[in-house]
Amino acid sequence: MSVETRAGRSPAIPPGRGAEVRRRDRPAGGFELWSWLFMRVSGVALLGLAVGHVLIMHVLDEGVSRVNFEFVQLRWESPFWRTWDWALLVLALLHGINGLRVTVQDYVRWPGARFALNVLFALTGFLLFVLGTVIVFTFDPNAWPRTS
Amino acid sequence: MAKRRADVGTLYKGSPGQWSWLAHRITGLAVTLFLFAHVVDTAVVGWGPDAYNRVTEVYHNWVVRVLELGLVAAVLYHAINGTKIMVFDFWPSTARYMKPISAASTVLFLGSMVPITWIMGREILNLALGWDL
Repeated sequence: MSVETRAGRSPAIPPGRGAEVRRRDRPAGGFELWSWLFMRVSGVALLGLAVGHVLIMHVLDEGVSRVNFEFVQLRWESPFWRTWDWALLVLALLHGINGLRVTVQDYVRWPGARFALNVLFALTGFLLFVLGTVIVFTFDPNAWPRTS
Repeated sequence: MAKRRADVGTLYKGSPGQWSWLAHRITGLAVTLFLFAHVVDTAVVGWGPDAYNRVTEVYHNWVVRVLELGLVAAVLYHAINGTKIMVFDFWPSTARYMKPISAASTVLFLGSMVPITWIMGREILNLALGWDL
C-alpha cells in the first residue's frame, strides 16, 4: 500500500541554492497523517523521557550496577518517578508499535500476513501496557522488608 | 580532457540520508524489541526482592553490559536523528542545509558516545577482567 503524500502539491522551494531539494513526503491526511504527527509529538516527549531514563539508569552514578529491588523500592516512593516511568511506558510502547506497523507496511505485501503481524504487535503492546500500568500503580514499597 | 569520476565509475555508496534512514529503522526496531523484554523484567519487581534481584543480576553480567552499551547508543542515535528529521519536516527551508545538518547530528552522536563509552566501558572491563579502572 502506498501512502498518499502531499508532496505533489507542496510549494516548490524557491530556485537558488538547494533548489533540487524536494520537500520531504508527509501523509496527505486521515489516519496516516495523525500517525505521522504522533510520531513527532511523542518523539519530542521521548527526547526527555527516554534519553533521560537511559542516562540516569544506564550511564550516570554507576548505571545498572546500583539497580536492585531496594533501588526500585526507594525510587517508586516518589510519585514523580512513577509518573515519569508510566509516561515512558505508554509513549515508548505506542511509538515503538507504530514504528513496527510502518515497517510491516514497507516489507510485508500479503494483506493477511500484514494484518496478522499488526494484530500480534498491537496485542503484545496492549498486554505490556496493562502489565506495566498495574505494576507501576500497585507496587507498594512498604509491603516488602527493607534491607537498610 | 580529463575524465570525470562519474565516467570512470565508482562504487555506489548511497546517500547520507539513505544510511541514516536505515540506521533509524534498525535502532528503532532494536529499542522496541528490548522494550518488550524490559517491561516484563521490570514487572517482576511486583513479586518481591528475591525474584527481582535474580532478574537484575542478569544486567550485572559483563556480556549483557556490552549489549547495554549498544542499547544506549541506539536510543541516542534514534533521538538525535529523530530531531534532525523533525527539523527538516517542520522547517522545510532547512532542507538546503541537509548535508551540514546531517554531519552535525552525526558529530553530536559520536561526540556524546565518547564519554558514555568510557563510563560504561570502564565498568565492563572491571567486571570482565577484574580491573579497577
